Amino acid sequence: MCTTCGCGSDGARIEGSAHGHHHHHDHDHGDHNRTLQLELDILAKNNAYASENRSFFADRGVLALNLVSSPGSGKTALLVKTIELLGGRLQSFVIEGDQQTTNDADRIRATGAPAVQINTGKGCHLDAHTVGHALETLAPVEGSVVFIENVGNLVCPAAFDLGEAHKVAILSVTEGEDKPLKYPDMFAASDLVLLNKTDLLPHLDFDIAATVANARKVNPQIKVLQVSARTGGGMDSWIAWLMAARGMVLAGHPLGTAAE
Amino acid sequence: MHEMSICESILDLIKEQARAQDFSGVRRISLEIGPLAGVEIEALKFGFDVVMRNSLAEGAALDIIETEVRATCLDCGTEASIEERFDPCPNCGSHNLKVTSGDELRIKELEVN
Repeated sequence: MCTTCGCGSDGARIEGSAHGHHHHHDHDHGDHNRTLQLELDILAKNNAYASENRSFFADRGVLALNLVSSPGSGKTALLVKTIELLGGRLQSFVIEGDQQTTNDADRIRATGAPAVQINTGKGCHLDAHTVGHALETLAPVEGSVVFIENVGNLVCPAAFDLGEAHKVAILSVTEGEDKPLKYPDMFAASDLVLLNKTDLLPHLDFDIAATVANARKVNPQIKVLQVSARTGGGMDSWIAWLMAARGMVLAGHPLGTAAE
Repeated sequence: MHEMSICESILDLIKEQARAQDFSGVRRISLEIGPLAGVEIEALKFGFDVVMRNSLAEGAALDIIETEVRATCLDCGTEASIEERFDPCPNCGSHNLKVTSGDELRIKELEVN
């Protein structure tokens, strides 16, 4: 899947190249300066790899979700609980992104779900190229769900499409209500917020209505579900959302008529 | 936070262009960057000099054209320029805005030789 992407010379043109020298500058042209009008998208390469990943998922009827959050929001615990609840209904595969360690992939593998860990080293986000290679190793089966647990970072992963169907932002109630305003790009890029650790609400002054209002200021379409990975509270709505998203993936896919 | 890798992507694109359009040096690079591109311009300038060192673009001047955020209000239809994603519609105060531009991250022009 690591093929040469399409960015580059398409759409580029050389202004005045037919003349061998250039007319639009007022400085000395002894060394044949010329100006290229390019309009090249700097993220084009990532986006091309993301498209390949998207085709990979579509061909196999796989639902891919990109889980994004700050460090410590409870992403991995939520994922472990989700995989347990999906049980025999839907097979789960996981790509784990962290700067270092295989701790998270180990936690996922303990549930029986296949997991591949990507260590980004100095990198602050997963990119579509790395995820494409992880998919070769992970080899998700047809009709399954692939969870991509991104690096805990609410900034950079917003800009990098991985080919997922949806970005799901996880925000825990121990964080601030204004997080969607502080990190608007991520909440603008996400379709769903899982408000996690709601079992802690009795001990906190967290204002759920204010959080939802802030998220909607940034993204009027965003949905918010309250969950607790620890107690399982609200997890049924999340599973229902996930199965509906899967239904959308399977619509028009050959598996769509065979499944369920 | 990923300005360094953005600079590396820029250098990759320049190298591809150098092969396709036959040039060996870059004198000036014009980038178009929107406020919503998630790029800190000062960090990008710093990373730029470091990444371009010992390349065909070493010492190239960096011009940055900052674009504005444009949005359409889905309630009253106003098209306006806003500062942040969470700004209200300047006409009716609604937050039901669709951002139409402002996340540009492009190489607009290269001056080469």
